[in-house]
Amino acid sequence: MDFDLSEEQQLLKDSVDRLMADRYAFEKRKTYQASAEGWSREVWAQYAELGLLGLPFAEADGGFGGGPVETMLVMEAFGRVLALEPYLASIVLAGGVLRRAANAAQRQALIPKIAAGELVLALAHSEPQSRYDLFDVATTARREGETYILDGEKGLVLNGDSADKLIVAARTSGGRRDPAGIGLFLVEADAPGLTQRGYPTQDGGRAAEIALAGVRIEPGDVVGDPAGGLPVLESVADDAIAALCAEAVGAMEEALTQTVAYLKTRKQFGVTIGSFQALQHRASDMFVALEQARSMACYAAMMANEADVAERRKAISAAKVQIGQSARFIGQQSIQLHGGMGMTMETMIGHLFKRLAMIERQFGDVDYHLEKLADTDGFVGAQ
Amino acid sequence: MDLRFTDDELAFRDEVRAFIKQSLPDSIRQKLIAERHISKDDLVVWTRILNEKGWAVPHWPVEWGGAGWSPMKQLIFRDELQQAPAPEPLAFGVNMVGPVIYTFGSEAQKKRFLPRIANLDDWWCQGFSEPGAGSDLASLKTTARRDGDHWLINGQKTWTTLAQYADWIFVLARTDASVKKQEGISFILVDMKTPGITVRPIQTIDGGHEVNEVFFDDVRVPLENLVGQENKGWDYAKFLLGNERTGIARIGISKARVRRIRELASLSVYGDKPIIDNPRFRQKLAALEVEIKALEMTQFRVISNERKREKGKPDPASSVLKIKGSEIQQATTELLMDVVGPYALPYREEREADRWNEPSAGPDWAAAIAPTYFNMRKVSIYGGSNEIQRGIIAKAILGL
Repeated sequence: MDFDLSEEQQLLKDSVDRLMADRYAFEKRKTYQASAEGWSREVWAQYAELGLLGLPFAEADGGFGGGPVETMLVMEAFGRVLALEPYLASIVLAGGVLRRAANAAQRQALIPKIAAGELVLALAHSEPQSRYDLFDVATTARREGETYILDGEKGLVLNGDSADKLIVAARTSGGRRDPAGIGLFLVEADAPGLTQRGYPTQDGGRAAEIALAGVRIEPGDVVGDPAGGLPVLESVADDAIAALCAEAVGAMEEALTQTVAYLKTRKQFGVTIGSFQALQHRASDMFVALEQARSMACYAAMMANEADVAERRKAISAAKVQIGQSARFIGQQSIQLHGGMGMTMETMIGHLFKRLAMIERQFGDVDYHLEKLADTDGFVGAQ
Repeated sequence: MDLRFTDDELAFRDEVRAFIKQSLPDSIRQKLIAERHISKDDLVVWTRILNEKGWAVPHWPVEWGGAGWSPMKQLIFRDELQQAPAPEPLAFGVNMVGPVIYTFGSEAQKKRFLPRIANLDDWWCQGFSEPGAGSDLASLKTTARRDGDHWLINGQKTWTTLAQYADWIFVLARTDASVKKQEGISFILVDMKTPGITVRPIQTIDGGHEVNEVFFDDVRVPLENLVGQENKGWDYAKFLLGNERTGIARIGISKARVRRIRELASLSVYGDKPIIDNPRFRQKLAALEVEIKALEMTQFRVISNERKREKGKPDPASSVLKIKGSEIQQATTELLMDVVGPYALPYREEREADRWNEPSAGPDWAAAIAPTYFNMRKVSIYGGSNEIQRGIIAKAILGL
């Protein structure tokens, strides 16, 4: 067992950290957020230059062959500065579908462009009623000769309003909550019959609600088995959870750093408030929560590629539970220890809190994953 | 970064597991599973089995019987002992006074004491805490005054674990009252048979007898029993307290207890189904297992960082292990209480003696549960209370 980063990983971490320090001062982030797309194309191009956009793709497809640990390093750096670019949406989620299910022609056509930063994708998997259930898909894909016709509504499509193409989950057979019968389809953002409504999210990001009315899919745009999309989605969701865990760790670390700095400078009753034991112990508990979260983010990265699906899902659920609990505690206490300053839009701490609160609800909250874990035999098996 | 055990580590784990399975007397294992106390003889027998294998003091220097294992292997070894469950060698000897002696003691002390610690020929206890010196240990009042070729020791120690079995006690005593409190303390080894020592039992809330008061009344100890330099005892004490890192979280014990919880919750029926099938119970257990898993990973991270740290300097992150490890141990006993339900009530006089075989009220296993719950409240108090640990994190890590 070895927690040390390899030389390449250290290099990657250093260069991402440097780029973020350069480009992501909190004031700059505000200007990115205020733009129409809500993120910076210029910074995106620098991600491409650094190789981040091709990171998880196979070298044969035009990527760099990175794994979950590399993604973890990137997401942690993003979490610290609250980066707004659609990395999760385009690279981890939509890219994850392509990596797992796309055919050679689709890979060839899309991945090099994604890696170059020329093409942004989004994954439209969830629907207004589906909450956290990936299999809950009402949108239909009706076969018509060689083509499919999509009808339905997709919701909470992360960065859907920036995407050139969407990957849409739609049902080719079965009832709304059947595990089988889900297909994945590539759709142009401006395809006839597709309308979308983009909006800002609580954490400064963007998402879209998308309506599909008779959207025609050519045979070349079916991704993988048109009835076997669920395992692909599940696997991609696990990647996304591992990535979100890392992002949360970055945000929690930054929240703790800023809070401790505040405790050391803010004076009341003639002393810095960090001299009060009640606040010292609270900060220590935040540190404990951060360390536990960091451990589980590492664990999630380690298990994201696990071949045994049951073990993988268990590990990912456990990680999401821990991250959810730590994120809530650290987020809330960061605000509390900042006092009134924590309540203002001007200081970054509130934004860290808001992002953490949203991560709690992406791809399953604490209760959802605890329930999943409760259905298993846990981690401590018979010896 | 590779967070899996190496093939070598896996093979080692299997070797340890197989050895314990084959060599641990079943009567001892059964007592531990049932949360009953083991006897002095039980620990002596098991320590000698380990010592014969060369595994009683694996973390010591090789010349004094160490096994030359990596920190990760030491951790695996302790985890396997805890999970079996098998007794761990007596901490006061192998983890506390032993390392102090081989690091700061004289050659004569090393030769005299170390082999006897490894074989549990000498049972050691710890003379640190006093009625007025708990978390503020340096304020201790027991004195050692030079009197010819002896120290003359007077004072009182308390919370002395298993002093009733002990052959020796290592004592922190004040040898200079004129200097700063940390700078006038010495570390002295005392034979428990010396005249003037009185041991008085303290019964704890679980009804057991683990701890004692030890009184020193003009106790004469040869000068040569001083460890290291006079008035440097505080440094050795800090070394000792910081040395107890591997396995401080007792994760193996919590894992074994989770297994026990599952087993008992399957046996215990409420209404028409076993408690293990109750969704709320299952979620509480799942939440606990998440915490255990997270702490296990944290422990691996601390161990993995250890080789990058200055030798003998503990990682302040190990305070995380202490805080979470103790909270988790306590939480496991709370779940056991949930399983046993109303039959937690009947009290049995003595957990360690043969009288245990008297017929029980309620299930056979029930009577040990509440005492275990009561007893485990100690783990967030001893070894530097969790509040002290939070102070360490605030100061040493966060710089507050």
